[in-house]
Amino acid sequence: MITIDGQTFSFEPGETILDVASRNGIFIPTLCYLKGATPTGACRICLVEVDGARNLVASCATPAGIDMVVSTDSPRVVKARRLNLELLLSSGYHNCLVQDMEPDAWTDLQLKGLDRDEHKDICPAYGECRLQAFAVKYGVKTGRFEPKETPYVFENVNPFIARDFSRCILCGRCVQACNEIQVNNAISQGYRGSRSKIVASGDRALKDSDCVFCGECIQACPVGALVPADVVFKGHLRTDEKKVRTTCGYCGVGCQLNLHIYEDKVVRVTGVEQSGPNYGSLCVKGRFGYDFMTHPDRLKTPRIKRNGEFSEATWDEALDFVTDRLRRIKETSGPDSIMILSSARITNEENYLAQKFSRAVIGTNNIDHCARL
Amino acid sequence: MTNPIKDIEKSDAILIIGSNTTENHPVLSSYVKRAKTFKGTKLLVIDPRRVPIVRHADLWLRLKPGTDVACINGMMHVILDERLYDEEYVRSRTTGFDMLKKVMERYTPEYVEGITGIPKEQLVEAARIYGKAGAASILYAMGITQHTTGTDNVKSLANLAMLCGNVGIEGGGVNPLRGQNNVQGACDMGALPNVYTGYQKVTDDSVRAHMERAWGVDKLPKDAGLPVTDMMQKALEGEVKALYVIGENPMVSDPDLTHAKKCLENLDFLIVQDIFMTETAQMADVVLPSASFAEKDGTFTNTERKVQRVRKALHPPGEAKEDGEIIRELSERMGYPMKYDNAESIMREISEVTPSYCGINYDRLEREEIHWPCTGTDHPGTPCLHMDRFTCGLGVFHAIEYAPPAEVPDEEYPLYLTTGRVLYQFHTRSMTMKSDGLNVLAPECFVEISVQDAEQYQINEGDAIKVVSRRGEIEARAKISNQAFTGTVFIPFHYADAAANTLTHAALDPVSRIPEYKVCAVKIERA
Repeated sequence: MITIDGQTFSFEPGETILDVASRNGIFIPTLCYLKGATPTGACRICLVEVDGARNLVASCATPAGIDMVVSTDSPRVVKARRLNLELLLSSGYHNCLVQDMEPDAWTDLQLKGLDRDEHKDICPAYGECRLQAFAVKYGVKTGRFEPKETPYVFENVNPFIARDFSRCILCGRCVQACNEIQVNNAISQGYRGSRSKIVASGDRALKDSDCVFCGECIQACPVGALVPADVVFKGHLRTDEKKVRTTCGYCGVGCQLNLHIYEDKVVRVTGVEQSGPNYGSLCVKGRFGYDFMTHPDRLKTPRIKRNGEFSEATWDEALDFVTDRLRRIKETSGPDSIMILSSARITNEENYLAQKFSRAVIGTNNIDHCARL
Repeated sequence: MTNPIKDIEKSDAILIIGSNTTENHPVLSSYVKRAKTFKGTKLLVIDPRRVPIVRHADLWLRLKPGTDVACINGMMHVILDERLYDEEYVRSRTTGFDMLKKVMERYTPEYVEGITGIPKEQLVEAARIYGKAGAASILYAMGITQHTTGTDNVKSLANLAMLCGNVGIEGGGVNPLRGQNNVQGACDMGALPNVYTGYQKVTDDSVRAHMERAWGVDKLPKDAGLPVTDMMQKALEGEVKALYVIGENPMVSDPDLTHAKKCLENLDFLIVQDIFMTETAQMADVVLPSASFAEKDGTFTNTERKVQRVRKALHPPGEAKEDGEIIRELSERMGYPMKYDNAESIMREISEVTPSYCGINYDRLEREEIHWPCTGTDHPGTPCLHMDRFTCGLGVFHAIEYAPPAEVPDEEYPLYLTTGRVLYQFHTRSMTMKSDGLNVLAPECFVEISVQDAEQYQINEGDAIKVVSRRGEIEARAKISNQAFTGTVFIPFHYADAAANTLTHAALDPVSRIPEYKVCAVKIERA
């Protein structure tokens, strides 16, 4: 048994303090922890106090022990978390919270940060950023430490993933996601000390690396360092998006995804993390291939071809025309002269109606779909 | 799939055959890669191309296109010879073993090398990897089915799996990876010429009587209808006069497109219902605008037989309507009103007429992950098939002899052509071509060719080349790649302006009626 915040719990061998706590509804803040991947203990936010231990320990990387007594929210823990949050906030251009400072107290660097093209607008992760959320939760101010300038430029030379190194806190979640969840092995921790950087294939642009643009790294990024390229300047808060959970419309794996809707448009797609088969993972098509839904070329009105030319028609005209022709063909040549090709793209319910229509209404078993093609 | 996707990480060995998993089922491929990288699972890949998953493999067997049966038989020969098979399983759960054993006798590694080109030592090693594994999973896709011997290929894989006791166990199975979001569901729902929902045969009198009662109609048709691949010919012969196409684009996806076009042109009446003006829609007499998956409620059934919700997130553009609504309006006009409140009420009817979907309803789908068969509302569903017994009792071994593809290279057409997809496009590209980003990553058609073939034909990277088969020709740029094996070129079939299916052969598997997209003979020249 282990005691966490005064409650005792049983645990399985191999479970960490964090595992036991989250299983029992005790919240420990984390930034770098990624379910399913080896803990790195990099962010030092999940620190907890263990009775008898000299130092605070990272709960994501410390196995639960027999008779262990853990405090997740003691004054010592909170103090350490606040300090670590302050240090993380000073590690780059994390200026979403500079409102807590007088304008003349803004550092030159923060002002310079606002001058960057990609920082003219609000951070795309605003409202969803975990660092921001914890800074607010723990009442952390940004003034104490001088922010550090990042030596690395913004990368946006591929269609899907923008990398803003000035907002990267080097938590390594993206590296874990790429190497341990998707196993695409495209990115890794590179360089050392103040030059540390998440690099792709020997520090190349993603487009010249092994990256296959699955976007697992975007989903894993707890801050605004990795974002969908087209979301960077979209000008609305993520918290204003409506999320609709559905099933991906591409291959047969059936990934569960959230369509993020803003003003009747899909603006972003994320994987549903709580459910199989994908547990948050998606591929490049599922995550980024959604432009077609609201593309201007979508068919919007029925069309009837007359003398080789299409002209727009009302639904009544089109459906009457179809009904009339089908009736006549059925009467003159019999129901088996009509064939219906249903679709692997439409729903079960619609396929059911299609075969019912074919059999009960037209009177033919000439119904098939593209499984063979 | 006989087994759920999550089982992949429980396998001791995985055999991938005829599946370019990382490009066509990327998220599923990560299960394979995790198993291999972190769980010590052995990975065996059999494919004519060095597909990207080969990078992770312990062993890659490169076989000549269309020689799968010989290869699998060869593996079984070694497994029998070295007694690596599961004698107890074979005795208690299967029938037909003696015949299998007899036929496998002549598929020695030497004999198989002659047919497939696989070095005999590699075949032996592959057989040992699969045969010695505790639980071994087979993953396959269209590289197995799109052959004139597709049914034989699948049966051979079933033989191999049963021989080693791998069907009906966790981490095992014979697992087809479905290529489209709801191809499983379309089959389950009876969008097939010979069955109603849940594979209930249209030729079975009692089933038909049951459906007649459920639907309130007199006489449902008794004889099986036409498969799509036979329909084309019947259209040309004038027997099929009207075709109603819903969300499909045969003018890019059918084999031998020149012939397919002739067939469609011969129709009296063509209705196409789609979200875009596809190549097929251009030929239609009437085009009906429909809703995309993001604009409707319903369910899809995935490759592991799991029924999952689809939810409406957007309004269809303009006057476009949901496919189901269009079908209902047509039905009403034809004198048969279909009254349903919503998609959920259609699912209620499906569960009433379909034993394998009987326990599935939207309430449960909100809370549970259900794989069919699910035979009652208190039934948990069936993630793994054939656990204690096969549906038909004993598992039947089909002793199968190798037969060559319908068309193989000769002097005039000296190269194999095989077709497939790339990661950044999907099927006939009607959706993915609308994404600028995807088009940047996969802008145009290409001909994947080996370094040696490129040298022989004096072709440089990016050269425009002409590819000619007995049925047609296309032009595309050369992509010299170590994924290609000498003597075989690969062309993705996505691109209508250089449609690989202009070249492919419409020869069909005699049972499944699937065309042999994966093998035909071509010649190439600089354009």
